[in-house]
Amino acid sequence: MPDTSENEIQVSPDGTDIERDDLVYSVNEPDNYAVEEALQIVSRTGGEVTVATVGGEDDEEVLRREMAMGASRAVLITDPAFCGSDGRGIAAILKAFVATGRYDLILTGVQADDGCAQVGGMLAAMLDYPFASLVTSVEVLEGRKLKIAREIEGGGKEINTIDLPCVLSIQTGINEPRYVGMRGIRQAASVPIPRADASTLAVDVSLAGKAAAKTRRLDYFVPPAGKGAEILEGNREEKVEKLLDLLKAKGGLN
Amino acid sequence: MARIFAFIVHRNGIADDSAAELLAAARKLNPAQRCTAIVTGCGSGLDRVCDSLRATYPEIWRIAREPLEHPNAELVRKALVDVIPEGSLVLAPHSHFGMDLSPGLAVKLNAAYVPDVVDIEGADGMWLNAVRQEFGGQVSVHVRCDLSTGAVLNIRPGAFRPSEGGAADGQVLDKSAEVGTLPDGRRYVETIAAEIGDVDITKEPVLVSVGRGIGEQGNLAVAEDLAEAMGAAVSCSRPVVDAKWLDKSRQVGSSGHSVRPRVYLACGISGSFQHLAGIQGNPFLVAVNKNPKAPIFRVADVGIIDDLLEFLPQLANRVRQETCAPGRGKRP
Repeated sequence: MPDTSENEIQVSPDGTDIERDDLVYSVNEPDNYAVEEALQIVSRTGGEVTVATVGGEDDEEVLRREMAMGASRAVLITDPAFCGSDGRGIAAILKAFVATGRYDLILTGVQADDGCAQVGGMLAAMLDYPFASLVTSVEVLEGRKLKIAREIEGGGKEINTIDLPCVLSIQTGINEPRYVGMRGIRQAASVPIPRADASTLAVDVSLAGKAAAKTRRLDYFVPPAGKGAEILEGNREEKVEKLLDLLKAKGGLN
Repeated sequence: MARIFAFIVHRNGIADDSAAELLAAARKLNPAQRCTAIVTGCGSGLDRVCDSLRATYPEIWRIAREPLEHPNAELVRKALVDVIPEGSLVLAPHSHFGMDLSPGLAVKLNAAYVPDVVDIEGADGMWLNAVRQEFGGQVSVHVRCDLSTGAVLNIRPGAFRPSEGGAADGQVLDKSAEVGTLPDGRRYVETIAAEIGDVDITKEPVLVSVGRGIGEQGNLAVAEDLAEAMGAAVSCSRPVVDAKWLDKSRQVGSSGHSVRPRVYLACGISGSFQHLAGIQGNPFLVAVNKNPKAPIFRVADVGIIDDLLEFLPQLANRVRQETCAPGRGKRP
């Protein structure tokens, strides 16, 4: 997905999309924390990490990056029938994928750049697994249980225990995702990435794709300006002088 | 049109601000339809909340069960699914609790889900047009939502202004008996309050706040130097804490501290709604950012479009000249 910190996001002239040419793409940041957390958990407890994404051919690079981080296996879930899926459609596809393996723990990033934060919770509900969102720490307990912390308002946290198998949506900052060097990327470059489609996963196509979507984007537009800031004009020295006067007037210098 | 419900978040017997905002959203959804509040919990706190809602909501559904005393969206979700009729519209706040509750609730109700709704542009029987934002608030998007099997709408805190309504004289209906067995796959243990660090940013009158735009940890010195010159403290937005460049105790926002300074200098902060939610008391808000499209410029009083690594040191120098303070680290 487009890296928000590296891009100025512009609405395309007809409003049907954002301008996608020349965008810097990277893995969704919360997903990166989720992969790191999965790798750290298996390094303590054993097991292996599988990474999967629903997308197109271009997303293979994202999966290779996760392989370079240390994931054991990657699967690209792709099918023209999945195009136009809403969050619930994506969750239905992932549910079918989860059914093909025996997974103890399913981690998602807390949200994508669309800010929806929905797929993890929907997937858990479809699987009838326990769910927790905004997770900021994971400790593996005896007896197929985890002790987790959830972020809450005001900087505090809520401690829960949760039974496996479960779904957790991972908040940014939970760990320090490892650096992936060029050597790792090169090693992962030749690893075949298996594909899975609607028929191999036995996805109920009445639940996924454009026709099944209960929500869809109509158009993008530039948000209203609100009151809007007074932008200080002039060269840097002039701006500094103007701001200095304002800070003095507003009690900004103690 | 279908029935409208508002899920009420409360604490210590007091309803959250979102209770009034959800009512405003419900009126925008359909002014002719009355909105029923649903409150879960137990004990006297629950009763106090239900009683307080009678002034604004015409009907309040009360669900009292001992395990619902502590926040656990897994239990609340099951309780709501047991009582809410098919095809209903359910409103909840897009808060830490609402994000935990609502995606699964929509699945269990077989309803559409629209998260983080900032505006409602109209609804007829079958369709709703909602407004959301993407890419950290850089762009807005119209979302069309199929209401034919109901919908769960998570409403952004602060986006809907509570409307003045006449006295509702609401009725409290107890629905506890309709709730079946609650799940036990996730168990609440305890809540741990935020830590106060070496500096209590909630008490500082002037804050120099840094965001992702600071670039790297080493650049923090630029903000720290300016803060020292101004007699201010350094705070930050979430990405700076995620990167472990500053302690969590310095974070401003809905998942950090709420601050009430006189002056807030936002440096390299894009201005997500979660960050803005932590800036209280309407301070003089200055934004320094090299991206002219950054949402922070929509809410700031004064904006400077510049590279903060160049601008802040020059500002610090001039502040020092002005206040006659000696050089860095030697201020009395």
